[in-house]
Amino acid sequence: MINADTYKFSIFKILTNSLCKTNKDIKQYIAFSVIKLTFFLTVSILVGIIGFLIFKGARVISLDFIFKMPENSMTSGGIFPAILGTFYLVTLSVIFSAIPGIACAIYLNEYGPKGFISTLIRISINNLSGVPSIVFGLFGLAIFVKQLNFGISILSGSLTLSIVILPIIISSTREALMTIPQSMREASMALGASKWTTIWKIILPQALPSIMTAIILGIGRAAGETAPILFTAAVFYSRELPKSIFSEVMALPYHIYALITEGTSPQQQIPIAYGCALVLLFLVIIISISAIFIRQKQRSLYAKTGH
Amino acid sequence: MSIKSENFREKAIEYTLFILSLSAIIFLAGIIFTLIKEAIPAFKEIGFFKMLLSKDWYPTYDPPDFGILPLMAGTMVVTVIALLISIPLGLACAIYISELAGKREKVFLKPFIELLSSIPSVVYGFWGIVFLAPAIQKYFDIPSGYCAITSGIVLGIMSAPIIASLSEDSLNYVPKSFKEAAFALGSNKFETLMNVTIPAAASGIITSIILGTGRIIGETMVVLMLSGGAAIMPTSALEPVRPMTSAIAAEMGEAAFKTLHYYSLFAIALILFAITFVLNMLAEKISKKYRIKLGSSR
Amino acid sequence: MLKLDTEKKEHNFSYTSVKNAMEKVILDPSQKARIKVRNLNFSYGEKQALKNISLDIYEKKVTAIIGPSGCGKSTFIRILNRMSDFTLSSKVEGEILLDGKDIFSKDFSPVELRKKVGMVFQKPNPFPKSIIENIAYGLKINGVKDKHKIEEKVIKSLKRAALYEEIKNRINESALGLSGGQQQRLCIARCIAIEPEVILFDEPCASLDPISTAKIEELILELKNYYTIVIVTHNMQQALRVSDYTAFFLMGELIEFNETKKIFENPSDKRTEDYITGRFG
Repeated sequence: MINADTYKFSIFKILTNSLCKTNKDIKQYIAFSVIKLTFFLTVSILVGIIGFLIFKGARVISLDFIFKMPENSMTSGGIFPAILGTFYLVTLSVIFSAIPGIACAIYLNEYGPKGFISTLIRISINNLSGVPSIVFGLFGLAIFVKQLNFGISILSGSLTLSIVILPIIISSTREALMTIPQSMREASMALGASKWTTIWKIILPQALPSIMTAIILGIGRAAGETAPILFTAAVFYSRELPKSIFSEVMALPYHIYALITEGTSPQQQIPIAYGCALVLLFLVIIISISAIFIRQKQRSLYAKTGH
Repeated sequence: MSIKSENFREKAIEYTLFILSLSAIIFLAGIIFTLIKEAIPAFKEIGFFKMLLSKDWYPTYDPPDFGILPLMAGTMVVTVIALLISIPLGLACAIYISELAGKREKVFLKPFIELLSSIPSVVYGFWGIVFLAPAIQKYFDIPSGYCAITSGIVLGIMSAPIIASLSEDSLNYVPKSFKEAAFALGSNKFETLMNVTIPAAASGIITSIILGTGRIIGETMVVLMLSGGAAIMPTSALEPVRPMTSAIAAEMGEAAFKTLHYYSLFAIALILFAITFVLNMLAEKISKKYRIKLGSSR
Repeated sequence: MLKLDTEKKEHNFSYTSVKNAMEKVILDPSQKARIKVRNLNFSYGEKQALKNISLDIYEKKVTAIIGPSGCGKSTFIRILNRMSDFTLSSKVEGEILLDGKDIFSKDFSPVELRKKVGMVFQKPNPFPKSIIENIAYGLKINGVKDKHKIEEKVIKSLKRAALYEEIKNRINESALGLSGGQQQRLCIARCIAIEPEVILFDEPCASLDPISTAKIEELILELKNYYTIVIVTHNMQQALRVSDYTAFFLMGELIEFNETKKIFENPSDKRTEDYITGRFG
């Protein structure tokens, strides 16, 4: 076994190294200092970016900014249609992907036959999660917009987004199901419960908070994705709020992109883009924090009961 | 409920779940099929190798040129710059969180890194436009801040948390007994890290880098917003480039439906998909081996 | 009727020398056998976990299964209510008859079987629900809908499991708040609420302190009046205290089966003697 060999070899190395004692402590000090510095550098860059956007965006944000329509050909007013559009897209895409996603996770984890099809499903999920988001956009364009003739619409966009978040929902739900101890399944089955009764009455209620986390993670991803909705749903400007699922929409991430790259009067529009970026950032961070919070709580619950 | 109807219900539910879980396969197959179907006319008309090897990308000229070599070169340059940044930053974060941070710090840091990796790319792209691009332009004294290095830096910063989070997982999985054995032999923390922990987690770390590379290659918004968009063969990192994803995103809006331009953009997407597909399979293979390896010694 | 191998040999037992393990399986024709195990083989993967097991489980008696860890005793008891179905790539050969009906036959659903043959596990595994809901669960899934009836049965089961007096004021609180011993008695109450005929105990005291263990043992002796009981234990004193019959398993084989008293006082196999006197295991 490769592992055992490298392991033995490392022990040999350690023995030889330990001969020069002071030298190695200096080495350790230098190496760990470099790692620490790099870590703090990385975190401060990332926090710096967030801080910069908060600082610049906070001046723009007000209730009017969030709840008003854009005015004077997008040079003033609010971004309400973009927020609403993102809300529609995210809600529908979660609705579309939650049912097959959770079903798939249940099937793989609870029924999980070891066979060709299951392996194929697993491979598909892994690959789907690595597909570039622009490729999803093209797929949505070719199939939903053109082939099925839904046009550039909320429906096309949310269907496309639902494929983007499907692998996230499946793998996080599966993780949630895996944390339910086997003894719970046994206890229920030993009482004469059928497999589905056990899943429905025992497993799913216990996994519910973690499944919520899975869905929230999906929401966070769907809210921030831009490339999949570029050609399937989003427009820079629409005169009115969307009327049906066949309407085009404005969406927060696309709005940021459009304001900064296609804007005609940058003086007025860049501040709006700052506001947009902050709203989106805020949304995604709130979503992530709540997902992390639920998961942490669930974990400590299991740690307490000793399962 | 009688036994028979209960049995029937159980089977019906199992089949329903099975059919719903085929959705993942169907979507992946659908994507592959669509890409191939829409890319074939381009390959047929232009020629597969001519498309791949020609240095000219002028899709709207008359006559148009559809050589995607400059686009692939653009992707390459940006990816290499991004990896040069994200690998050291990501690994340092992973090592710090898993080996150096205190227990309390760790509980806070791990979710924090995950939080950072969930920030939408368009936000990073926006920051690049308003902050980094002007800074780069000033510092290097070049005509435009939108160039390979700008988008590479932003991509690198953006993917550092992803690599950090995945690598941290694999460092964490190294059994305590390995480290204890090294400590017991009188090695210090750094030697243990270099000689025991990192070799044991190596395949996990490599997997995380491969997955990170896939994300960088496939990332659209940052390169669309920051790389400048010139479809020429790059000679330095300070020149504008047009990576594959940004070409698709920028041109699909203008390309008329079912024209050669439209098909050729699908051809680019197909190549892009093939690259990430190979990377994913590679990552899966390595991580599977790794699971078996650690599983047997745990 | 076809005469089984084991029953034939039992007649000859006193006359022939003891060589084959089968010959040390002493069945008791005076008792009514609820479960008959005949030539049972069980394997998962490459491993043959049980080899040619034949024995009887008698009505309203306690049968103890003893043996060193890894001898297949837990595997055996899990086959009796087909919890073994969940072991991947496993294979069963031979017969298990519950009141004369083969439990592996097509028209005997495992769900029905488990209603008749209940199980209590090594580690207490209450659901993260209230005490009352834990017990009501089994009743509800078996079609009891009347609220009063459920409550009545819950209380009856709790009383029978000797838990009612301790927790009667908090039956609406979470079961996870109970002590380990109380949790295990709750699991017993949950099991008897659906009125099984046979109860399988898989090392029920493995994770309990001596006082809780004594309570469970006392309870088992009490439950014997109503149910047929099989208990797996690695504690020989426990087997001696609670059981009427004992089966000694070693490396997947049934070495000896007899009345508990006889097994402990006068084992007929050297290996049984070694085990119960503590020379190995």
